[in-house]
Amino acid sequence: MAEFSIDRFVDLYAHRTSGMSASEVRALFAVASRPEVVSLAGGMPFVQALPTDDVLDVVRGVLAEHGAMSLQYGGGQGHLGLRERLVELMAAEDVDGDPEDMVVTTGAQQALDLVGKIFIDPSDLIAVEAPAYVGALTAFGQYEPRYLQIEIDDDGMIVDQLEEALVRGERPKFVYTCPNFGNPGGVTLSYTRREQLVSLCREAGIPIVEDNPYGMLRFEGTPLPSLRTLDPENVIYLGTVSKVFSPGVRVGWALAEQSVVQRLVLAKEAADLCGSSFTMLVTERYFADEERWRGNLAALTDIYRSRRDAMLESIDEHFPDGAMWTNPAGGFYVWVTLPDWFDTRAMLAAAVERRVAYVPGTAFYPDGRGGNQMRLAFCYPPEDRIREGIARLGSLLEDEQALYRSLHP
Amino acid sequence: MNVAVLAGGRTPERDVSLRGGHRVTGALHELGHDAVLIDPGEHSLAEALQERSPDLCYLTLHGKEGEDGTVQRLLDLVGLAHTGTAAFECEIAFDKLLAKDALDRAGVRTPAWAPIEGTALRDLGAGAALGRAIERVGLPCVVKPSRSGSALGVSSVARESDLPAAVMAALSFSGGVVVEAAVVGTEVAVGVIGTPGESLPAVEIVPKGGTYDYAARYTAGATEYFTPARLGDDATAACRDAAMAAWDALGLRDVTRVDMIVDRDGVPWVLEVCVSPGMTETSLLPMGANAAGMGLAQLCDAVIQSAARRSVGG
Repeated sequence: MAEFSIDRFVDLYAHRTSGMSASEVRALFAVASRPEVVSLAGGMPFVQALPTDDVLDVVRGVLAEHGAMSLQYGGGQGHLGLRERLVELMAAEDVDGDPEDMVVTTGAQQALDLVGKIFIDPSDLIAVEAPAYVGALTAFGQYEPRYLQIEIDDDGMIVDQLEEALVRGERPKFVYTCPNFGNPGGVTLSYTRREQLVSLCREAGIPIVEDNPYGMLRFEGTPLPSLRTLDPENVIYLGTVSKVFSPGVRVGWALAEQSVVQRLVLAKEAADLCGSSFTMLVTERYFADEERWRGNLAALTDIYRSRRDAMLESIDEHFPDGAMWTNPAGGFYVWVTLPDWFDTRAMLAAAVERRVAYVPGTAFYPDGRGGNQMRLAFCYPPEDRIREGIARLGSLLEDEQALYRSLHP
Repeated sequence: MNVAVLAGGRTPERDVSLRGGHRVTGALHELGHDAVLIDPGEHSLAEALQERSPDLCYLTLHGKEGEDGTVQRLLDLVGLAHTGTAAFECEIAFDKLLAKDALDRAGVRTPAWAPIEGTALRDLGAGAALGRAIERVGLPCVVKPSRSGSALGVSSVARESDLPAAVMAALSFSGGVVVEAAVVGTEVAVGVIGTPGESLPAVEIVPKGGTYDYAARYTAGATEYFTPARLGDDATAACRDAAMAAWDALGLRDVTRVDMIVDRDGVPWVLEVCVSPGMTETSLLPMGANAAGMGLAQLCDAVIQSAARRSVGG
């Protein structure tokens, strides 16, 4: 008799890897990536809208001007010229910053990981909006925190819930939120709640991690001041060029107090020494021409706006009574809440069979709730495909309701 | 031999199938065959086969289309030989409702079950009869899609009130559902290969999380396997007999895997058969073959020889 060893290191892996397993949902996504399936699942920016000539121009310029230096290691904090450009980019959203208070990261995703790395010890409590960006949960999750989940409504995170928790004596290490057209909720934190959150956290001495990938993709209405603007000392601000230029260059950043930045830089160097000099220079050069990037961004925003409109219109037309959804004024996502008995995880197989895909709500909560919710992304497929996908999903929801009724006669 | 390994497809088991298919293709190269992997999810299968004109198709497709007779019928139509069970028998073996009936009629022990068809729920008011399913199989029970693999859509039900949700989840994967009595015991898988079929040593499955679900099947290290299974001589022999009885009852060929649970009295209960067993690095059939001293290449060779004898003999 022999114990058949599939993985001879299985007893050696760290405890934090225990959640890293194969999943049914991943298996279904493998099918959902097929062209006949309308995928409303992934949040892929529509980079096809970026003029190829602009990119070629930028890349040629980088090689002509910087030559071998663009292929060399750089500093851990990130190329200074780029940081200066990123400060200008943030200024377009009225966020002030100093290039010295910034560390450039491999996408904002790495910034999330580094924040987790420098703040979280195993079993530490952190507060996250619920639902929250799944990538933030997986990044923080590696450091084995406990979660304080703060629900959202149409005005973003319900700050009263955080306040109640603090009154109960809970002391999270930080509060994580995506306040503009959040992923996955699609909602925006109201001005009143921004002030409430900032003053509550300042008083309690709890830093806020403000994740702002979508702020510049506003379709209508007036931008609200960032949390960072309301309290520069207590907010760690995370930005990215993924949604306004390219996710492929992997350029994001964190802006924070010097003391925090120093730790983030050391953590960043421990992780990967430095970011890619080449793509940092490409990004710097792309944002050097304000007319160009603003023009491209405006065109992109128009595309996303009409896709959002197509999605909301067809949801309104095809989704059955009892379904509720958010009405995003920007960004990539609509968040749908169905009657309690729906199981969107199980239903995904039937959806893929009908050639439409979404992300089940449970992915966005650390504790498995969200079984009756789903995230729909309108950023990538064109309007006619969105309409087709929503019609397929609507007919599935109707059939599920009929099935449910037949099981509960 | 000019062999087309069919792997991939359009089912949720696509990735698993591709992983296995690549391993089989490598093993066939080792054996000196001219093998190429064809993914019906990427190309029109009929066209790709016409272009390649293989002597034999080695099937490592999983799930609907790959295991339910669909691809087998297409190959029959275009006159190409394939490994594994014939179309009609595939259709029965793949559908748990039909397979359990066939096993039961042939006297092969399979846990008590109740069928629920989606159409009967939607059109015939079958929801009113749901309680009968529990009366028949008792609690706890296991709810499975009738036509799906890799434990996708399977749930355990401990309370009657949880049955409707489990049925809905299973119906997401298939048009019909099997509500099956949960048998407590040792989970084992027995491979059968060749012509005539010969059983491989039983592989014992011990999922660390308690349930042999999708994650437990495909996450390296999530399940412990013991080969041969830690059973007494009598139970080992009973498993072998049960596997061969299932093989005969369902008219299987070349290669299959019979999944069963051995209860506390050493009696095996056949849960299902798989006409296109997984061939990945965490799959049960290659493990069983390994326990019999066969590497992957030898295992594939045995399957090919078995199929080739048939195509030569007609």
